[in-house]
Amino acid sequence: MKQVHVDVAVIGGGPAGLAASLAARKEGAERVLIIERNTELGGILQQCIHHGFGLHRFKEELTGPEYAQRFIDFIKETDIEVMLETMVLEVTPERKIYAVNSESGMLEIHAKSIVLAMGCRERTRGALRIPGGRPAGVYSAGTAQRYVNIDGYVPGKKAVILGSGDIGLIMARRFTLEGAKVEAVVEVLPYAAGLTRNVVQCLEDYDIPLYLQSTVIEIHGNKRIEAVTIAQVDEKWNPIPGTERKIECDTLLLSVGLVPENELSSQAGVAIDPITNGPLVDDAMMTNLPGIFACGNVLHVHDLVDNVSKESERAGMYAGRYALGKSSEKARRIKVQAGENIRYVVPHEVSSEEPVEFFMRVQRPQDDVALDVGGLRRIRKTSVRPSEMLDVKITPEQLQSLEGDTLVIQIVEQ
Amino acid sequence: MKVTDKQTLTAQVVIVGGGIIGTATARELSRYNVDVLLLEAEAEVGWGTTKANSGIVHGGFHEEPGTLKAKYCFPGNQMYPQLCEELDVCFKQNGILMVGRTPEEMETVQEYYKRGTERGVKLQLLSKEELLEQEPNLDPELAGALYAPEGGSVMPFELAAALMENAVQNGVRYEVNAKVIGAWAEGGKKYLETAEKVIEADYVINAAGLFSDDLARMFGDDYFSIRPRKGEEYIFDLSVKDMVKSTIFPVPGKISKGILVIPTAAGNLMMGPTGDNVDEKEDLGTSQDGFNRVFDGAKSLVPGLDPRKIIAQFAGVRAASDRGDFIVELSPNVPGLVHLAGIESPGLTAAPAIAADVPRLLREAGLELEEKEDFNPRRSGVIRFHTLSREEQDKLVQEDPSFGRIICRCESITEGEIVDAIHRGARTLDGIKFRVRAGAGRCQGGFCQPFITQILSRELGIPVTQVTKAGPGSEQVKYEAKELSEQEVL
Ligand SMILES: Cc1cc2nc3c(=O)[nH]c(=O)nc-3n(C[C@H](O)[C@H](O)[C@H](O)COP(=O)(O)OP(=O)(O)OC[C@H]3O[C@@H](n4cnc5c(N)ncnc54)[C@H](O)[C@@H]3O)c2cc1C
Repeated sequence: MKQVHVDVAVIGGGPAGLAASLAARKEGAERVLIIERNTELGGILQQCIHHGFGLHRFKEELTGPEYAQRFIDFIKETDIEVMLETMVLEVTPERKIYAVNSESGMLEIHAKSIVLAMGCRERTRGALRIPGGRPAGVYSAGTAQRYVNIDGYVPGKKAVILGSGDIGLIMARRFTLEGAKVEAVVEVLPYAAGLTRNVVQCLEDYDIPLYLQSTVIEIHGNKRIEAVTIAQVDEKWNPIPGTERKIECDTLLLSVGLVPENELSSQAGVAIDPITNGPLVDDAMMTNLPGIFACGNVLHVHDLVDNVSKESERAGMYAGRYALGKSSEKARRIKVQAGENIRYVVPHEVSSEEPVEFFMRVQRPQDDVALDVGGLRRIRKTSVRPSEMLDVKITPEQLQSLEGDTLVIQIVEQ
Repeated sequence: MKVTDKQTLTAQVVIVGGGIIGTATARELSRYNVDVLLLEAEAEVGWGTTKANSGIVHGGFHEEPGTLKAKYCFPGNQMYPQLCEELDVCFKQNGILMVGRTPEEMETVQEYYKRGTERGVKLQLLSKEELLEQEPNLDPELAGALYAPEGGSVMPFELAAALMENAVQNGVRYEVNAKVIGAWAEGGKKYLETAEKVIEADYVINAAGLFSDDLARMFGDDYFSIRPRKGEEYIFDLSVKDMVKSTIFPVPGKISKGILVIPTAAGNLMMGPTGDNVDEKEDLGTSQDGFNRVFDGAKSLVPGLDPRKIIAQFAGVRAASDRGDFIVELSPNVPGLVHLAGIESPGLTAAPAIAADVPRLLREAGLELEEKEDFNPRRSGVIRFHTLSREEQDKLVQEDPSFGRIICRCESITEGEIVDAIHRGARTLDGIKFRVRAGAGRCQGGFCQPFITQILSRELGIPVTQVTKAGPGSEQVKYEAKELSEQEVL
């Protein structure tokens, strides 16, 4: 078995892994390695050929592949090593990685620090337990996106989309542009789950109906899907009898949420937050396992890649420092707590030695409120939406003025 | 013979149906000097009830004395270890527990203990303490159990495919996409008609599962009928696989064995099945109501089950006969026609024993059977990359680099395994999923489906738009890009 020794091993070559590896190298780590299972770097961005990436980062509207390419070009200018078509099979708490590819066979990689940047996967029909048959023609939206944008095939010509997550909205437009008809987008919530701009640009501009507080209650068809029955739901998401409607279709796309992919992390012993489904991390983006860091969609699901890059640069920087033996025990540990109308906050724990940027999501939409950070900062918000991640920066000085060892972040009425 | 322009084939024995019963029979007959052809309606063997069941090799203590179920179930159980060893398929002998809650239920447990031990089944009674020590995640309110250590689990589809492969190795022919649409007897011969061919046979074995009464009727036999009974099952993610070791049964009800918690041979925990009479034989839909009943039942055995960990669900339909028992007999009306019908649960368990009895029936019908000298009972198994040690994996990739390309990330399935499955007869995405489990994991094929579609297209030499999920009519992607948006207008 081939042995490899590196300072920082980054698992995943999507936007998170790219930003983290650059930051680790910049921090001074000598041997930085990216391990990516695909044939190219860039992760899921490569199939996101629509524009809207990089507004914050580059002050430009880029497509997914363009955004990725900027980072790939940066990487090319460095001596960061990249292993493509290489699958990580196991990570140990001692920071050993087993990975396989067809050229080298099994690799045993010894890393001084590891950045987990494996991204997420889509929730499936099985997880939702949609009743009915199991015909062909039911795809998660991202799978359909790959078929259309990378492989060059259109799954069908009459589609219903369940869930108004961003990928679903984008795919509604994509199907329409490919000459297929999108009969409906069906969302169980009273509001769209994706970004407002996607609702406008992908549905409204193409007259695609969005049915809120509705869901698919049955899939019809044996070989290929023939129709779905949709119905309105009550507050508990139970279908309301009498509101059923059958819509003929040959395709059903599911855009019903993303789940961070933490099987490798969990097997290694990384503690997972049951709300985000991602690791618990401190202000250095380090998990409970010393020297193992996490960032990007494996940590929590983001809606903007710009935020992923930002968060991952922090993870990469601290992973670099750790590899160089430059990280020290924190004197003070402050627990971060999600308060009123906050679903979760990342990081979960901070010291008062480093500047931090908190990322969080609200539980429900609210207007004219303020985001209160432990009384240290209070920021007015004209509206907060679960689909739109909030972020706020706090300085070490502000943290030092905090009394007690819990920082509550909450939404307060104005 | 009827006049037809279809191609004609002949075979001494034709088996209709490639479920576990048909394939086990094919493999059994391949021991003898006889010319056998198996016809299967679907794109691959094993796609009827055989692919959609609980996968349990029952202990053999449930069945009522005097029934054919009792006659074949326990002997079938006893044949499993050797059969699976010869075919190199997984047999997980993890034991079966029938648990009781009330004093009355514990009495019933006692009765099953008596029934089973009289039959020769190895059984053990467990006190509450012994039960909870063996299975700490069971409901602590349970009072005790019956333990059958020789019960187990298999992957039924894998077994059917392996039986077919081994039968073919020993000279059996088979055709898929060959639904029998007409059948008759004439001048001592029997004729079977498919969309493309007419097959002339001396003997016909009806192993058509849910459609066995339809096939019988084509021959004029209308003395039994099939009453489809559906069962829904729900599969959990591998991350919760260790909640129980053995398959957990409640004390059975009148018609079914109740809702079970099953550690499958594939490793996932599963719960089910329901038992609902349905009008349509192909009614494979799952339902909210079915889920509720399954979950309530399973939770009463293992309270910690978390519905959020469910990754997939399916339903299978039992081919129960109106006799309430298996039908394993020569047709009283058509000489040389053997019915293996009404094979509901525990049909998977009983299959090897039923198959072993078929030569007797054929001899009774006048066929001379002579054992071959060169019968090879062994089939070389498939390589399962994720079960190998790191060193073995390394060695394998050095020998064949296609094992270094992981296609299904959830189950760590390599391109090498997928290509091997295609060479062994997989033709569809479902076929690959059932054989090697690519796409059976938590992402349910979300990531690997496009790749497997490409591999199928490449290996079978067909366009991507002709790759199917489960045979004609279930094409995975229907159009090439621009096919819908751009049209020739000149
Ligand atoms: C929910 C459920 C759970 C179960 N659990 C268990 C269990 O745990 N243990 C156990 O022992 N048993 C179990 N069973 C029972 C077991 O699955 C069946 O007894 C067994 O699979 C029957 O096999 P078969 O070959 O008779 O039928 P099938 O698998 O249905 O095979 C019949 C085949 O015939 C083909 N066919 C039909 N008509 C034609 C035609 N006209 N021409 C050509 N081909 C045709 C079909 O396509 C099919 O492939 C369960 C059943 C169900 C539904």
